[in-house]
Amino acid sequence: MAGEASTKPPADSEHHEAQTPPPGEPINLIAFCCNWCSYAGADLAGVSRLQYPPNVKIIRVMCTGRIEPEFLLHAFELGIDGVLVCGCHIGDCHYISGNEKAEVRINTLKKLMDMIGIDSRRLRLEWVSASEGTRFAETVKDFKEQIEKLGKNKIYIAQS
Amino acid sequence: MSAIDELIEDTGAFDCVECGKCTSVCPVAEINSEFAPRLIVVKAQAGLEGLAKEKDIWSCLTCGLCNDMCPYKVDFTEFIRGMRSEAVIHGALPVCSKGGLLQTMGRIMTSPELKQNRLSWVTDDLKVAEKGDIYFFTGCTAHFDYIFEEREIKTSGILVAAVKIMNSAGITPAVSNDEVCCGHDLNWTGNEEHFEKLMEKNLEVIKASGAKQVVFTCPEGMRTFEFDYKDIAGDLGFEVLHISELILDLIDQDKLQHKDLDGKVTFHDPCRLGRHLGIYDDPRDMIKETGAELVEMERSRNKSTCCGVSAFATCEASSKQMQIERLKEAKKTGAQKMLTFCPKCWLHFKCSTWKKFPGLEEEVDIPIEDATIFFSKTLE
Ligand code: SF4
Ligand code: SF4
Ligand code: FES
Repeated sequence: MAGEASTKPPADSEHHEAQTPPPGEPINLIAFCCNWCSYAGADLAGVSRLQYPPNVKIIRVMCTGRIEPEFLLHAFELGIDGVLVCGCHIGDCHYISGNEKAEVRINTLKKLMDMIGIDSRRLRLEWVSASEGTRFAETVKDFKEQIEKLGKNKIYIAQS
Repeated sequence: MSAIDELIEDTGAFDCVECGKCTSVCPVAEINSEFAPRLIVVKAQAGLEGLAKEKDIWSCLTCGLCNDMCPYKVDFTEFIRGMRSEAVIHGALPVCSKGGLLQTMGRIMTSPELKQNRLSWVTDDLKVAEKGDIYFFTGCTAHFDYIFEEREIKTSGILVAAVKIMNSAGITPAVSNDEVCCGHDLNWTGNEEHFEKLMEKNLEVIKASGAKQVVFTCPEGMRTFEFDYKDIAGDLGFEVLHISELILDLIDQDKLQHKDLDGKVTFHDPCRLGRHLGIYDDPRDMIKETGAELVEMERSRNKSTCCGVSAFATCEASSKQMQIERLKEAKKTGAQKMLTFCPKCWLHFKCSTWKKFPGLEEEVDIPIEDATIFFSKTLE
């Protein structure tokens, strides 16, 4: 968490508290997948008929390096409960180092999220290769369970 | 009367005699020959058509150099602010740097569900309270630590320095975890709706603190309270004060004991502090109190140029060029440091000194420091 410094904000426990979503209110997840590895990985999960939660909507990007922190924060602004970013394993990015840049950005954004008051566990970065259909399905399943424990993201800012 | 006609009336743009003085001082026009403040007014008179696609209203820095120069006192910056909000109503997408991250952050802060953690910069050695006569408005200054982490500067240091200064004069300022962004960036990028929500929240928080004075280290925040909040909410019930004014007061009253620093520094006037709020002398007097020698740049005080970006709206090639010119000017004074009083000026200039322009490193290589932090060193 940003700063071990003893801070005076109200106990954080509240926003980390588990709130299982009320029945009928499904968890909404977004997964940004890079075109070259993770999207193919997600595709493989599909053609292999692996089961994974239908709560996730996949957005294909050319590379995780294309994902601006703004895309992620904006998703939370619109009430998305969890955002997954999937890219090629380090060393495998088709644009050489897009995923390394993404990693730095996401780690920074997590600190900002905690300061703003959005639990940073709602954002997760994973490396999924084109052959890792199972890993993709497992990741989504695991992430959904984690978000369920965190409860719904209550922020919703209507855009006029 | 259409909204635009009203805006032209209210801001005095109607009185423009097309003398062109504004264009002659405009830093954007200096670089982009197609840009002229006066022509934006002329185009606006043609009506709403094309407003959503109008690019020039987003290129303006709202730096106020033209306002200052105009013989007919046209309030051009306010005109641009109004135009942007009209443009957004007519479907324009605001042009924002960082993809609009800072504006999104501002909008998120309007959520009643938010449990912020905005005081993580308050270390154990700092004395702050929930209530008090003096409230310290911190705005988004600490958030920049993370948004601009790669620039390797800690803007939260400004807040720490300010509290240290106040503490050493026996003041325990009130701060609040429920405070939100002042809304400056939203207000200047055409989003009045969320701006007003932020304002209401902040005024509530400050009221609860019981403060009679609110101190700012951020000129944008101060401007927003002093003009924009007062415009909408009327009398705020407290006095708005810049940290340099407070420091000088405390020295006057013999409450702030400090050592002398040496060295030679120059000072960049942030547009919001200088041309918008008219505060030119206090920062200089404060710097002189440190014992350091203050040398002026060629263009200073109301002629000061711009750090290249305001309200995190447009950041383009011309912004970079302005930063480089300004840094060269600072370097030419022979000062060891350029001081400024705005976290954003600091970030923007740092962006240009930060290994970005191969070949120019030497010309722009001058350390930049926030003046509050600089002053706090006299306490050590
Ligand atoms: S300086 Fe004032 S009067 Fe002259 S062209 Fe500009 S806005 Fe018009
Ligand atoms: S406010 Fe500054 S950038 Fe905008 S038109 Fe006036 S001088 Fe040019
Ligand atoms: S192409 Fe997959 S992360 Fe860059």
